[in-house]
Amino acid sequence: MENYLLILIGTVFVNNIVMSKILGLCPFMGVSRKLEAAIGMGAATTFVLTLASGASYLVDTYLLGQDLSYLRTLSFIVVIAGIVGFTEMFIKKTSPVLFRVLGIYLPLITTNCAVLGIPLLNVQEQHNFLESLFYGLGGALGFSLVLMLFAAMRERLEAADVPKPFRGVSIAMITAGLMSLAFMGFAGLIR
Amino acid sequence: MSRKLYTFNGGVHPDGHKAMSNGTPIRAMTLLPRYIVPLRQHIGTPARPLVAAGDTVLRGQTIGAADGYVSTAVHAPTSGRVVAVEPRAVPHPSGMFDLAVVIESDGADRAIEFQPLDWRNLDPSALRNRVRDMGLAGLGGAVFPSYIKLNPGGQKIHTLILNGAECEPWITCDDRLMRERAPELVRGIEIMRHALGSETVLIGIEDNKPEAIAALRAAAPAGMEVIAVPTRYPGGGGKQLTYSLTGVETPAGGRSTDVGIQVFNVGTAYSLYRAVELGEPMISRVATITGHVAQPGNFEVRVGTPLSDLVAAAGGALAGASGELIGGPMMGFDLRDSDAPVTKAVNCLIVKNPRLFPAKPIELPCIRCGACAQACPADLQPFEMYWYSRAKDFGRAQSYNLFDCIECGCCSYVCPSHIPLVDYFRFSKSEIWEREREKRSADQARVRHEFKVFRLEREKQDKAEKFAKAAEKSRESAASNAVTPADPDAEKKKAILQAALDRAQKTKETVTPKNTENLTSGVQKEIDAIEARRAKVEEKTESHE
Amino acid sequence: MAAIGLVLGGILGWAAIKLRVQDDPLVEKIDAILPQTQCGQCGFAGCKPYAEAIAKGEADINLCPPGGAEGVKNLAELLGVDAKPLGEGVEPKPKSVAVIDENTCIGCTLCIQACPVDAIVGAAKQLHVIVAAQCTGCELCLPPCPVDCIGMQVIKEDVVTWKWRYPIHMMKRAA
Repeated sequence: MENYLLILIGTVFVNNIVMSKILGLCPFMGVSRKLEAAIGMGAATTFVLTLASGASYLVDTYLLGQDLSYLRTLSFIVVIAGIVGFTEMFIKKTSPVLFRVLGIYLPLITTNCAVLGIPLLNVQEQHNFLESLFYGLGGALGFSLVLMLFAAMRERLEAADVPKPFRGVSIAMITAGLMSLAFMGFAGLIR
Repeated sequence: MSRKLYTFNGGVHPDGHKAMSNGTPIRAMTLLPRYIVPLRQHIGTPARPLVAAGDTVLRGQTIGAADGYVSTAVHAPTSGRVVAVEPRAVPHPSGMFDLAVVIESDGADRAIEFQPLDWRNLDPSALRNRVRDMGLAGLGGAVFPSYIKLNPGGQKIHTLILNGAECEPWITCDDRLMRERAPELVRGIEIMRHALGSETVLIGIEDNKPEAIAALRAAAPAGMEVIAVPTRYPGGGGKQLTYSLTGVETPAGGRSTDVGIQVFNVGTAYSLYRAVELGEPMISRVATITGHVAQPGNFEVRVGTPLSDLVAAAGGALAGASGELIGGPMMGFDLRDSDAPVTKAVNCLIVKNPRLFPAKPIELPCIRCGACAQACPADLQPFEMYWYSRAKDFGRAQSYNLFDCIECGCCSYVCPSHIPLVDYFRFSKSEIWEREREKRSADQARVRHEFKVFRLEREKQDKAEKFAKAAEKSRESAASNAVTPADPDAEKKKAILQAALDRAQKTKETVTPKNTENLTSGVQKEIDAIEARRAKVEEKTESHE
Repeated sequence: MAAIGLVLGGILGWAAIKLRVQDDPLVEKIDAILPQTQCGQCGFAGCKPYAEAIAKGEADINLCPPGGAEGVKNLAELLGVDAKPLGEGVEPKPKSVAVIDENTCIGCTLCIQACPVDAIVGAAKQLHVIVAAQCTGCELCLPPCPVDCIGMQVIKEDVVTWKWRYPIHMMKRAA
């Protein structure tokens, strides 16, 4: 049990997928304009990522095994694409505005490197099924947390008196950098 | 005093400057040759004018009648002749003009016959109508029509609070009124209690006015409690005083009546006494004139007195005066036009000089020290509201309960960066109101447009149906008798129609369009653009069909 | 691989039927932001058609001059896109109402038919009057008038509609 808790805390804070592994930067910069959209994106990614890590573990262990490991990346992408397609339809049905706000980034979850990265890391770390699930969930929660924090900051920045050359994406990049530095403070939290 | 007092959060202790004007009794003013009585002297719909230029009026005669629910009457301050009903300068932060009745006094100051009212044997609703026709509005500053406040409605008003705190610096008109006219004031409170049916009556006075407290204690009968509250601005804010005296907080976005408490200014009680027991409409109030004048003090001022005459009555402004302030330094505003008259809302006029009112320091960036939040008596976060107001993000500013801000000015007072926070909040509030007005008219336009589309569609359908029916009929008749008899009326109708067409043609020729000649090229271009746009739209609608 | 593909394809096919979107509430939300002048300056026959076009992605959000920069900003926020300045040639004008010159009006009823919100009252050969409170200032009644008797009057601020001004920044002077 402790092991799972450690995985969770480790992936959310210490080895945050965005802040320390620098994965999934595309939606991180793209969907952080509004807090509402960030929450939606975070939820969608969490859903996809958790399912994807579980499904890809099963695919990897029972279908591919050792012999077909060269098909790993390819098959993971197919699995992820399927889950994303399903999520997309689900969101379109339940929240059209969120669908519109997420826009191109929703299908882009497919190519979100975090979503592919975590199943691959799972394989690399030789996690079992439950560990893979928790690793995926933790990574996704970490992603959502950072995304929401960042979106909240950008919303405030919108109202700030930012010098002209720094407006828009530039100040967002600086903020992201500072956030990354702040997250380095979690290193050493475990062990 | 056995009563437990509660302490509201925040507040400030600005210099009172009250001794300057509270040492002398209330003085009367000499009759002036001219009065300007605005018809909008209260919150709500302005009064409807009942007189026109050339009419003669008597003192106390109704010159404007209450128009709608939130409205109250306006009366002539003296006898004389109405010389104009036209827009005049009014004491408003915009310095704009508003409709007013200008009366030239005849010097006789003849009054209408005042009819005292036996209010004890009167139905409260009849009493309220009387109060409305007497033009009573709250004298504390918001000038809300008093008759509405005297209507408890469905809510039981168990506690009546009289506000004599007068927390704003410089102002002393309530102080003098309580000292000198306590017995009459108490009778006004009795009338209020009768109308509202409240059990408890509390009179809250800040403890920097010991004479007023003593005078009211001497005059108050059993069942009316005079309570000294600590002097701290804005202790006289309705919600703050209510909390100090009862410990009951007014809900956000609500009124004190929601919790069964009604608050009146002491000046309103006194005017109510005059209106009901003497039958005299509200044509005067006590106002403070202070600051850089020869003899500061309080005057019984008739409504409509030009403010320049009020300054003159106080011995005139001294050398070096630098403008005038209406109300107090915390919540008041600069007077733009000294021709503006005293209204029911004007409780104080301060003549400024650079020593008493130095120029405002330069505004610096917000350092987020939080001093404003500590000073806010409404428990708001002014720095957040400022952050979003400055960025014109009104939605978020409102989400920090902008509309619970009472604009007391404590935040601006304590701000180490000298940010005029209240100015930002007022700006945000009026922008939000504007948007709401626009939203309402847009909604209305949408409904009307949709109805028009529906109506056209219906007419088209009706027509089609009629045609179909007619066609069927003619087919039937054609089948029954092969030869249709010629319609004798048809020829006649045709002739009439032709005549009308000719007439129309003639009119068209004779009427020369006035505004299409000598157009500037810009206007012509604009017209062309409109034509082109219209053509495009028409084309589009046609292609849609 | 083929099996995975087939299974996923099956699930997606089922979901597509099960989760089909019926209506587009986005149009209503966009329509609520538009100023409802029904002026057609965007090139569409009214505010609703324009809203539908935006929702479909066929029209840009910066075509509405009466809505002004504020309206564009609100649309951008709703749709999660960048706000942009109003399109070329579309400039917001001050809010106005149409007024009929009583001496020139011949009572032809053409403007009544043109008014999108039925804000003009009158009958054939009778003087027409515009109900100022209902007029949206769309100027659609100007071109049909055969005698050019309709003029636009800018709405003036009064004591009620007066707004507090934005406090002037003094920081520049300090620098």
